[in-house]
Amino acid sequence: MIDRARVTAQPVALLGPNPTLRMPVEAFDYVAPRSLAEAYAHLGNGRTSLLLAGGTDVIVQLREGRKRCDQLIDLKHIPELMRFGFAPDGTLEVGAAAPLAALYEDAEVLRRVPALVDAASIIGGTAIQSRASLGGNLCNASPAADSSAALMVLGARLLIGSASGTRELPVEELFAGPGVNTLQPSELLVQVRIPPQPPRSGAFYLRFIPRNEMDIAVASAGARLELNATGDRIEGARIALGAVGPTPLMAKAAAEALAGEVPGEEAFARAGELAAGVASPITDMRGSVAQRKRLASVLTVRALRGALQRAREAR
Amino acid sequence: MARTYVQATINGVATDFLCEPRQSLLEVLRDELGLTGTKEGCNNGNCGACSVLLNGRLVNACCVLGVEIDGAEVTTIEGIGNPDRLHPLQQAFLEEAALQCGVCTPGFIVSAKALLDKEPHPDEQRVRYWLAGNLCRCTGYDKIVRAVLKAADDMEPARQ
Repeated sequence: MIDRARVTAQPVALLGPNPTLRMPVEAFDYVAPRSLAEAYAHLGNGRTSLLLAGGTDVIVQLREGRKRCDQLIDLKHIPELMRFGFAPDGTLEVGAAAPLAALYEDAEVLRRVPALVDAASIIGGTAIQSRASLGGNLCNASPAADSSAALMVLGARLLIGSASGTRELPVEELFAGPGVNTLQPSELLVQVRIPPQPPRSGAFYLRFIPRNEMDIAVASAGARLELNATGDRIEGARIALGAVGPTPLMAKAAAEALAGEVPGEEAFARAGELAAGVASPITDMRGSVAQRKRLASVLTVRALRGALQRAREAR
Repeated sequence: MARTYVQATINGVATDFLCEPRQSLLEVLRDELGLTGTKEGCNNGNCGACSVLLNGRLVNACCVLGVEIDGAEVTTIEGIGNPDRLHPLQQAFLEEAALQCGVCTPGFIVSAKALLDKEPHPDEQRVRYWLAGNLCRCTGYDKIVRAVLKAADDMEPARQ
């Protein structure tokens, strides 16, 4: 049986909830719907709900008292949410609760959407990736989430479902602020849809961390480049930044400035400077404002180099 | 608070237990089932001391709820070798002195086993990246990495 002395321990005032507290102080119900319709019914029953996919964020948040709920809805028994694959038109459709490891171990996903694997394979360590999902990483709405910037440059759209139907949303419109997404309490993220990428294009995602692995981005950048038929001019670009603002950010001006340019260091350096202009970072334990602005520029250049290489390989 | 009835296969043994939805798999293993080989470290998914296999996949037991394992197969350190017949990883950890205080060791063994089950011949870099989610404050990791590589070599004849 649980140790009551620990459960009733008082939080240390300045440190927030006691980190040695083993289980959430407040009890909740656990439900495991077998279908989306059943999940929507739970969402509409008037109780405060949280959604459980891999649980690597939400279980910790519940334990530490950062979130609470009357009922935790486990999405992993809903087949649509656990599947992923390419639709006939080439769209990669990823069920919101499918584990990251299954996704990045898939040879076809790696071959066709390597920028997604750049991100999915560095979210947490091996044990996290066995459970964590794209849907959870997105809906947790951390400005530093690795999947966000990668999916933004890939032009991903989100299929949102509720009892009253479905809607689609560009991934960048999911984020309202640190830890806050734009979904209604009646809604859940069903699928992440990555459209077929333009011909002669390549995308790349990277982050800066002080370790080699298993860390949270100090700053991150994703880029997609589309070349013209002869490969000597940029036709279009998308650039997204992570961990340098309250939400992941699209660097529109930087991307637009690349159109028509010769792909290479000169154009990339200018894009890096413009991207840094979009960054509005904070100083925290991971990095300072100045460091993050500088990183936004450096990482944009590196993401563009990676994207260019992949675009050339795609030609 | 109502407790939920859960049935699972733990270390090959059909097991059932009652737990509250808010109890983690780590708590269930240690406090309900007496399987204290799985250690509590950070309790937030960073340190890997509570590594177990869930349906063959490496997970942190602190980031799984007990109620979630209904119908699942779980392998803990108690299911990997025993005092009379150590797993090659356990033997290699002893021979390479890959442990000091020992709190992280069950997690490292379970995590390394998950790697060797999947990839019998990882190189050093692969071992280091795979084990990035397991923290050790004593050894400096080199001895652990050497032990995992040695175990991979030692296990080779068994596979032929």
